[in-house]
Amino acid sequence: MPTCFATSDSESCISLARDKAPTCLTKSTTSLRQFLRLSKVVGIFLLAVTSLTSLGCQSRVASTDEIVIGHFGSITGSEATFGISTDRGIQLAIEEVNAAGGVNGKKVRLITYDDKGDPREAGSAVTRLVTRDQVTAVLGEVASGLSLAAAPICQENGVPMISPSSTNPKVTQVGDMIYRVCFIDPFQGSVCAKFARENEKIKATKAAILCDQTAPYSVGLQEEFEKAFIAGGGTIVSKQAYQAGDQDFSAQLTSIRASEPEVIFIPGYYTDVGNIALQAKKLGLKVPMLGGDGWDSAKLGQIAGDALNGCYYSNHYSHEDPSPRVQNFIKLYQGKYQETPDGLAALGYDAARILFNAMKTAPSLSGKDIAAELAKTTGFEGVTGVISMDANRNPVKPAVILEMKDGTPRYVATIAPGE
Amino acid sequence: MADFLQTLMTALAIGSLYALIALGYTMVYGVLKFINFAHSDIVVLGAWLSYSFAIRALPLVGLDAHNPTTPPPIWMTAGIFVAVLALCSLAGFLIERLAYRPLRRAPRLNVLITAIGVSLLLQNVGQLDFVFGASPQKMPALLPNWELLRIPFGQGESIRYVVLPLIDCIIFAVSGLLMLALELLIFRTKFGTALRAVSFNTDFAALMGIPVDRAISLTFMLGSALAGAAGFLYVLKFPSMNQPAHSVWVLLGLKAFVAAVVGGIGNVRGAVLGGFIIAFVEQFGAYYISSNYRDVYVFSLLILILLIKPTGLLGSPVREKV
Repeated sequence: MPTCFATSDSESCISLARDKAPTCLTKSTTSLRQFLRLSKVVGIFLLAVTSLTSLGCQSRVASTDEIVIGHFGSITGSEATFGISTDRGIQLAIEEVNAAGGVNGKKVRLITYDDKGDPREAGSAVTRLVTRDQVTAVLGEVASGLSLAAAPICQENGVPMISPSSTNPKVTQVGDMIYRVCFIDPFQGSVCAKFARENEKIKATKAAILCDQTAPYSVGLQEEFEKAFIAGGGTIVSKQAYQAGDQDFSAQLTSIRASEPEVIFIPGYYTDVGNIALQAKKLGLKVPMLGGDGWDSAKLGQIAGDALNGCYYSNHYSHEDPSPRVQNFIKLYQGKYQETPDGLAALGYDAARILFNAMKTAPSLSGKDIAAELAKTTGFEGVTGVISMDANRNPVKPAVILEMKDGTPRYVATIAPGE
Repeated sequence: MADFLQTLMTALAIGSLYALIALGYTMVYGVLKFINFAHSDIVVLGAWLSYSFAIRALPLVGLDAHNPTTPPPIWMTAGIFVAVLALCSLAGFLIERLAYRPLRRAPRLNVLITAIGVSLLLQNVGQLDFVFGASPQKMPALLPNWELLRIPFGQGESIRYVVLPLIDCIIFAVSGLLMLALELLIFRTKFGTALRAVSFNTDFAALMGIPVDRAISLTFMLGSALAGAAGFLYVLKFPSMNQPAHSVWVLLGLKAFVAAVVGGIGNVRGAVLGGFIIAFVEQFGAYYISSNYRDVYVFSLLILILLIKPTGLLGSPVREKV
């Protein structure tokens, strides 16, 4: 290193090295440059601070004649239809309650943040809802892993949270502020196992499992299915795993093919399931596949097409259910969005309505009072069934089994708890 | 037997992709002695550019942009491929020029951290709505969906087929050609000699009149073009694409990096060897042992190699410069 650099600090060394002709700088120009750099940094800092505080002020002004609730969901990402459907269901419920004069005379306003299906983003989205927007209650998420990331934040801050469709039992175990409006996986797993054992077209004694080892939902559901299937007299011949977003399933599928199962249980989310079905078809694997409510998306049929013909999944509701409460909801939803609602839209709608129901009877809008009212919910007529909270803040509800036919799910059976 | 052959063929195709990406890591390390963490994002760029070009080019020949009934003419596929290579090498050039060259004389740690910064920047810019968006997309088919081979094994109920799709052959052939071209370029041309001289000793190479900056720029452009090619071939094989910041892309880059280290980082032939070894370990481990640990095999191999032969399989021991 030339000696003329020796006196200056390391920073100016870099700037000297950048100028190709290394000339000695006098001390005064160095300090001038440093001063300029410093003032630039200070300027940017001040700008950032002022813009942040002005933003903060805006959102903190919550008027007293409205109730703000938050929703965090995967509006983009691999599970985008989950978040979009849920949000639409919630919006519909809000529109309805506001048209009827609001909750105890107060209009309801929704703030939705996108978590991109990423647990870290879910954590920051909920922190933002709770601390900056100071929402009265939080709705979300669909994926259990994301609900688990957000639930401790709601619990600590005393904000009630209702997950519309996270089925993993651990979600509501976080604390007494966390509720859900869907059934849980021990039930869903036993429904799938029972169906695989007893359905005329499957009557399986040997099952293979392909599970998403990065999703708590998938791992939990897999365990419950395995337990129930073995208890019903079946055997698990192969257990394989993938990671959400994987593209290549050939090793798992060849391995499953070699074990000659009669049914393949895939408790994953729809994007991965669609890809698995396509690759299974290419490999000539003709065994029926079975899954849980993670399959519920119009995208599943678009990705897999006829590769999923003769495959089944358990779900919260079927749009073919003739009962008037389902058909009325579908008519309302189609009128607003020009599409048939999936189970997640129905659960989003139910979650929001259960929340408003509790708010109406709660003595105040504090987190504690709303949570206490939510715990008392009994016999609430939801689109996805009659909802009563049990002691663990989980509703007890029946499940439906749907069959994929050329890309659309068709109703097959309803299985009630305890059957 | 059928399953063994099937796994072997998949491993060869995926190994070629790992090798293509690993080459970029190893070339940059050979010349600049630092890990370019933004390299895996060039693969993502290649993949998403292929998609963007494809959905715009397909309507020009009267095909549906998202679900073409027949593949486009071969010149269009080749054109998209060349355009992706060109844009990716431009991106590689710009990254080096704007982010790394100003730090040429800075401590190596600064450059390393800058590389992580560039990687995060590219990932998040890629997720913006007007760039690629944050939703997964389906790559339209650019090649016919042919099966070159379909060999039956066994009879009756337990019949199994070994299937060799056209795309696997194309991946293998195109990456083989690219690697051969690189090999010739590095060992048979004047530019290659300059590159090796810079890699051997930058200061002396400069004293010998070699334009060091230009050699480094070209290294980045070559490595990025190979990464772009890998991205293009990857989405042709696996058409359902994850959003640009998905962890799967990071893992893909990480495995290619492991391949470069296993083969001996800085060694071009080592990167190719490493790519195939990684793919074989991953695919056969997943098939014969358990798919639950497919990444564990890859990274265990890395630890093993680092313990037994820290310079990698083909790497030569380098004395630490004082």
